[in-house]
Amino acid sequence: MLALDRVARTVLWQELVTGFLMTLRYMFKRKVTLNYPYEKSPLSPRFRGEHALRRYPNGEERCIACKLCEAICPAQAITIESEPRADGSRRTTRYDIDMTKCIYCGFCEEACPVDAIVEGPNLEFATETRAELFYSKEKLLANGERWEREIAANLAADAPYR
Amino acid sequence: MPKLTIDGQEVEVPPGSTVLQACEAAGREIPVFCYHPRLNIAGNCRMCLVEMEKSPKPVASCAMPAADGMVIKTDTPMVHKARKGVLEMLLINHPLDCPICDQGGECDLQDITLFYGPDHSRYQENKRPVTDKYLGPLISTHMTRCIHCTRCIRFINEVAGVEELGAVQRGEHMEITTWVEKALTSEMSGNIVDLCPVGALNSKPYEYKARTWELKKTESIDVMDAVGANIRLDSRGPEVMRVLPRLNEDVNEEWISDKTRFNYDGLKRRRLDVPMTKKEGKLQPTDWRGAFGAIREGLDGVPGQQVGFILGDLVDAETMVLVKELASALGSPNVDCRQDGAKLTSGDRASYLFNTGIGRLEESDAVLLVGANPRWEAPLVNTRLRKRYRQGGFKVGRVGPAFDLTYPVEELGAGPETLTAMIDQGLGSQIAFADVLRAASKPAMIVGPGAYARADGGAVLALAHRFAAAFNIVRPDAGWNGFNILHTAASRVGGLELGLVPGEGGLDVAGMLAAARSGEIKVLFLVGADEVDLSGLEKSFVIYVGSHGDAGAKVADVILPGAAYAEKNATYVNMEGRPQRSKLAIFPPGEAKEDWKIFRALSEVLGHTIPLNALPEVRGRMAELAPTLARIDEVVPAAWTGAIPVGGDVVNQAFAPAIEDFYLTNPIARASGILQECSRLFVDGHDVKATGTHG
Ligand code: SF4
Ligand code: FES
Repeated sequence: MLALDRVARTVLWQELVTGFLMTLRYMFKRKVTLNYPYEKSPLSPRFRGEHALRRYPNGEERCIACKLCEAICPAQAITIESEPRADGSRRTTRYDIDMTKCIYCGFCEEACPVDAIVEGPNLEFATETRAELFYSKEKLLANGERWEREIAANLAADAPYR
Repeated sequence: MPKLTIDGQEVEVPPGSTVLQACEAAGREIPVFCYHPRLNIAGNCRMCLVEMEKSPKPVASCAMPAADGMVIKTDTPMVHKARKGVLEMLLINHPLDCPICDQGGECDLQDITLFYGPDHSRYQENKRPVTDKYLGPLISTHMTRCIHCTRCIRFINEVAGVEELGAVQRGEHMEITTWVEKALTSEMSGNIVDLCPVGALNSKPYEYKARTWELKKTESIDVMDAVGANIRLDSRGPEVMRVLPRLNEDVNEEWISDKTRFNYDGLKRRRLDVPMTKKEGKLQPTDWRGAFGAIREGLDGVPGQQVGFILGDLVDAETMVLVKELASALGSPNVDCRQDGAKLTSGDRASYLFNTGIGRLEESDAVLLVGANPRWEAPLVNTRLRKRYRQGGFKVGRVGPAFDLTYPVEELGAGPETLTAMIDQGLGSQIAFADVLRAASKPAMIVGPGAYARADGGAVLALAHRFAAAFNIVRPDAGWNGFNILHTAASRVGGLELGLVPGEGGLDVAGMLAAARSGEIKVLFLVGADEVDLSGLEKSFVIYVGSHGDAGAKVADVILPGAAYAEKNATYVNMEGRPQRSKLAIFPPGEAKEDWKIFRALSEVLGHTIPLNALPEVRGRMAELAPTLARIDEVVPAAWTGAIPVGGDVVNQAFAPAIEDFYLTNPIARASGILQECSRLFVDGHDVKATGTHG
């Protein structure tokens, strides 16, 4: 009996028919794929993308070289050197992130007492060479300028939950 | 002995203890800010409150004398509430700038708040503004952070002994100040950086450069003077970022001098980092092979008698072992570690050691300084003397040039004739002080380089021995030896212990230099020796082995770059004869190598291979040459023979100061920008800010 059943399924192409039926059903359902890069999925305000160093509205750097991000970074991707600036304030002379080491855990932005280092919404920063992924302070500050509007909106959106 | 009950546990403490000490004896930890075991009790921060039975209010344990039958509780709701209240009050005016504060990570206020503090503040008003004070080139201030514990004031007035820091106003308006804006002139001032429990006083050169948690900590020994202060080098990567004291009750307690604390930037400046040889009258970089080749040529056919070795002040004992071996392999008797021309001899240990011991100076009741200025020659010896002075019943007399030592000193005379006179009888104050010395139960004399490092130094030393005998300064039966030689060079005692003095028919430093000028000495090795007169050495072939491009490197024909004290595992013997080891904190720059390895390699090139291939072997040989050097951190007391050394005739000429500039005594210190600034300010007296008429 069992053998007969198997033969009947094979002869009638039962698997094939179920498969095509499934495909047919999905043809009439709503599409879930996106036409990336022309379409993009929404991101949470907590999304942890490319790093940026922010400035205050008056143009002053936020970073005060406290090195807490460097200390917390589990991948040891951050390197900071500091010195008193001419006006006596504590400032970084070097702020490097090795993006090839970074694991995007977001600890740096959690540790930052002045919201200077943040992981912004940008996820499209692939490069052609490895060296381009060693971010310097200039690059991070430029990122901050480019993304400030989005970053500020995200921080504001997340603020009630903190 | 009062007996107290602390949290139900009975403890007995020595009379005169405080409740705080009793709690510590019982193993309870009491948070404190203003209390410091080495300073007077102030009792003004109230952090140490504990509950005492039958007292309606909590008591400040640091200021409360322990009495018999007290019942103390340290872990009750009342104590917790009191601590929370005190911390909330201290934090009212303390800014929340921990992220930019150099004390962050090692701050008492941070730690104590974390463990005992409130979790929030109820204070809504503005915090108190305070202007920052100028305290000189070493200390930066952020006076809004001050919690008015007055530790800094007490240190500067009590331990450093200069009345330059105080407070004006009271309560919330209290401010720490120097009254007239000026730099703190004490050579111990850097210690208030360690003492300040918050970040109000910080090290200016270290300001904002690093955070505590990224520093590698290495135990080391200071080489700026012969005290051998125990220090900790905090380094990051290839750089020493700061120097801190380590606790050693017998040597430096927990203080270090500013020269020790701030010489570290000298480690990266003016460094010799590549071997050099002179070609066409100019020094040219080469490699080790080239430099060794040049030395081999220079030594070719030169008999041992015409080779000389002068050792500088910072040389470690390991290097001296190799130098000694090399000199004997070359057959040279001309070896000398006494750069300043000291007439101390090797052999009889008691004749060149600081026999009393730095710690035991506290037992003595009368001290005679002979040509010594401990404040500049060994600041930590001076702090001990001041500590002893503050305990009362202590007299200090001086033969030699006057200098403010921070405690009263009786001037007895200027030169050796005073000693002779006092042995016989003396005049006026001399008689009085002679009586003091005779009556003292533990008299001591400290003979400084001003006395023994001069042409008739041998005779002066003999006279000092006669003086010691006449005044019964050494009392072996009572276990007291009051005869002390004050050294200024970290290498000196090690060199004397290892016998790095001219051998049979050998020349001393002055002799070698004269012979080198006349061409009788053909090859001269300067091992970190920069503080001798190196002019006119053109006729001889000079090899400089050392770390800094100082005087010695200028006249050299070949330069072999060595390691500075932070860059090697080394042994140093302090003036008490205490061998101590320092560890490598950073690596020598460029091509530079540890000095003993340089001599080991050189010996092979010269065909006299010294069979010491590793540090343990060198140390083994060191122990054979001087068994006391194997007993690390131990002082082996020297037997007092009572023999008076032969020394010729004394010249009746006043003792001269041995150090002209406290801040610039060695190549590392001279290379340090911070210490150059100190020297300009404090020694040359250019305190621009202090004049008030500037600008
Ligand atoms: S400056 Fe520091 S040590 Fe001096 S009183 Fe203020 S908190 Fe205390
Ligand atoms: S430690 Fe007792 S009052 Fe400050």
